[in-house]
Amino acid sequence: MSVLAYGVAAWLLFVGLWGIVQSRNLVHLVICLAVVQAATYVLLVAIGYRAGAVAPVFAVRLGTVAVDPVVQALCLTDVVVGTTVTALLLALVVQIHKRTGSLDPDSLRDLGE
Amino acid sequence: MNVLLGTALILVAAAGTVVVVLRDPLRQALAVSMFGILLGIVFFAVQAPDVALSEIVVGAVALPLMILLALAKIRGGVQ
Amino acid sequence: MTRRTRLRLFLVSAAVLAVVVLAGFGELPAFGHPGATFGAVLNALSVPQRHITDVVTAVNFTYRGVDTLAEEFIFFAAVTAVVLLLAPGDDEHADHASDAATGRWVPQTSDAVRVLALALVGPTILFGLYIVAHGHLTPGGGFQGGVVLATGVLLVYLAGEYTHLHGLYPDTVVEGIELGGASAFVVIGLIGLAVGGTFLATWGPLGQVGQLNSAGNVPLLNVSVGAEIGAGFVLLLSAFLRQTIVLRRHPPANASGSA
Repeated sequence: MSVLAYGVAAWLLFVGLWGIVQSRNLVHLVICLAVVQAATYVLLVAIGYRAGAVAPVFAVRLGTVAVDPVVQALCLTDVVVGTTVTALLLALVVQIHKRTGSLDPDSLRDLGE
Repeated sequence: MNVLLGTALILVAAAGTVVVVLRDPLRQALAVSMFGILLGIVFFAVQAPDVALSEIVVGAVALPLMILLALAKIRGGVQ
Repeated sequence: MTRRTRLRLFLVSAAVLAVVVLAGFGELPAFGHPGATFGAVLNALSVPQRHITDVVTAVNFTYRGVDTLAEEFIFFAAVTAVVLLLAPGDDEHADHASDAATGRWVPQTSDAVRVLALALVGPTILFGLYIVAHGHLTPGGGFQGGVVLATGVLLVYLAGEYTHLHGLYPDTVVEGIELGGASAFVVIGLIGLAVGGTFLATWGPLGQVGQLNSAGNVPLLNVSVGAEIGAGFVLLLSAFLRQTIVLRRHPPANASGSA
């Protein structure tokens, strides 16, 4: 189970990086970046998991063993803010398309004309 | 519970691979939506309901929406 | 550097990264047995000390409130940057709002979609407000509830036209709400500084565990974060929608330009 949980996080990281490096479309590149971000969420939440424990919400059962809430708090804000940064990158892609007319990362060489 | 978690993790890895392998950003938007829902299931199985709620709302709704709007603008083009 | 060179360089550095990652993951505790953690202390302390039953909200808004303030400002900066980036360019002007890319026939929005979207606007906004208000009791809080609220606003656009969205939620009002949310967080923190001696110290009546008006200033922080995140997402959607639907691009009249 350890191998599966951490392995999925590592797999998502490398698959996303591969997608970014060999992408031919800027929008495809931004979406692969979102996959890399998801790898960090899986890793963070997997670190805090405690087998047989419940969620850290004590509305009913006070005193039961619960999973780690600190990493969940990190993940929670990260998910929302990460999507906003992805929106910022998409706005950049839209402007690049308006200025140069193409979405190919390889054609963005001479930006200083 | 472990069977659910293991299955969900494998599905997440497969969905992530599909998102990267797809070339067309339009199809990728739908694949990202599915990826977000599967991630939400993983987070539920790891006893993290706050993170699951966040991921479902953002990853299945807001992110594909912004991708589609950016694509619509890009394909709108010059008059 | 050519594409092939870049890919080969990536394979080499990915191999190095893989070695580092595997070594690091090997030292992590086994999945499901993290040992003694700071989180276990917080799980035990959150209800008696702060009267908050959702420990994740307690971590986000009291024990590590400064991190949430920083994340909120990242969000604010990103939304500002998107609105600036997607502002109308010199060669764009606002046409009437037409839900179509130029030259493509788009079918009329079906009545089923309109009726369903209209029926869901009220429950969605109510649900978003519920999640924001109950953040310190059950899973939820300002971040999730804010995005649900923004989804409710998006349903208004689906049920009607872009003009309805723009008329009901003009940009000045939405920007004001976002600014209000961000500054309310800072003001509540400063009040904590004045009352408790540290920034974002808990002030206000702690109340009874499980009641809506418990946990001091945490419900107020949730509301401020929910307002900012909801308004910020509406601004994002608005900027993208305006670019897609309203602004049409015309090439400049004279390239060499008669001044």
